[in-house]
Amino acid sequence: MAVFPFVVVVWILGVGLYGIVTSRHLVHLIVCLIVVQSSTYVLLLGVGYVTGAVAPYYFDVPDHTPAVDPVVQALALTDVVVEAAVTALLLSFAIQAHKRFGTLDPQELASLKG
Amino acid sequence: MTPAQRRWIFLVAGAGLVAFYLWGLTGLPGFGNYPGPYGTAILRVAVAQTQATGVVSAVNFDYRGFDTVGEEFILFTAAAGMAVVLRHLRGERDRSALDEAAGRDVPATSGAVRMVALLFTGPAVVMGWWLASHAQASPSGGFQGGVVLATGFVLVYLAGEFLVFKRFSPVDLTDVVEAVGAAGFVATGLTAVFLGMPYLKDFLPLGQYPGAVSSSGTIALISFFVGLEVAAAFILIVGELLDQTLLVRHREA
Repeated sequence: MAVFPFVVVVWILGVGLYGIVTSRHLVHLIVCLIVVQSSTYVLLLGVGYVTGAVAPYYFDVPDHTPAVDPVVQALALTDVVVEAAVTALLLSFAIQAHKRFGTLDPQELASLKG
Repeated sequence: MTPAQRRWIFLVAGAGLVAFYLWGLTGLPGFGNYPGPYGTAILRVAVAQTQATGVVSAVNFDYRGFDTVGEEFILFTAAAGMAVVLRHLRGERDRSALDEAAGRDVPATSGAVRMVALLFTGPAVVMGWWLASHAQASPSGGFQGGVVLATGFVLVYLAGEFLVFKRFSPVDLTDVVEAVGAAGFVATGLTAVFLGMPYLKDFLPLGQYPGAVSSSGTIALISFFVGLEVAAAFILIVGELLDQTLLVRHREA
């Protein structure tokens, strides 16, 4: 079971990519992109985990208690917020695409070449 | 390319990816045994060097503060980009917040939603500020605090009318707050340069007690600026998207 979290990572990645490839709706495609990105959170936090360690906060535990890796947590934390903002930007592109072409199907959009 | 062909290409490529990934997994040290030298080194020295008990915040706003400047400007650019993409195009105009089509009244906000939203507005704002100002002590910081703070404003929208939300968060003001938040982070780093230290070096007194609100010098200050920036960015984003519901396109009008 030592690799189980990493198998979960590739499962989430694969499900998200499959959704992107077969998507028939831009909003669905953007949600699939979020799913793909979520796999990186699982990977980062999984990589930094140390069995039996505490969270990297020394407010109420003695200094030098073994803790999980704080660097990957910091990466995941900023990424969650930035991802939300970037998702909003992508959704605004979807809004404009719908305004201009009247469709949200990426496969129809590709053939429009407007 | 037909959808079926596309699916087949993906399945072949995906099988290759999985095969290589599983092969790579055999070389990993296994879940829970990560020997990560960088994290271990930071854990050893962080509390003594920064007087911050929240090591994740110390990494975000001190050790890797330069990376966080970059992350913050992605956020800034995304919010600004949205304002550009969703600008009023030729032939678009605002209509009033009320639906004017005959026989299509917008259902009024229910009393229960209104009350719950109003009840949580104050606590959300307080909680947001608390999170943004306690980065150095506990699992919190400007990123989380800013999002919670923005939630307070969205609750105003849920509780009342769209126009009340716009009055509480005028675009000019949120623009300025966002700019101040982003510039404050950079200015804190530049201040260290003017004092003859490396960029983003912690130049403020570190305080006496690890984890106190007054401890950790610039970590708390930067977290505050990030909180401003994130809150303003999310209020702008929500406002922009809500504006879209009020647009009438030329073809429809």
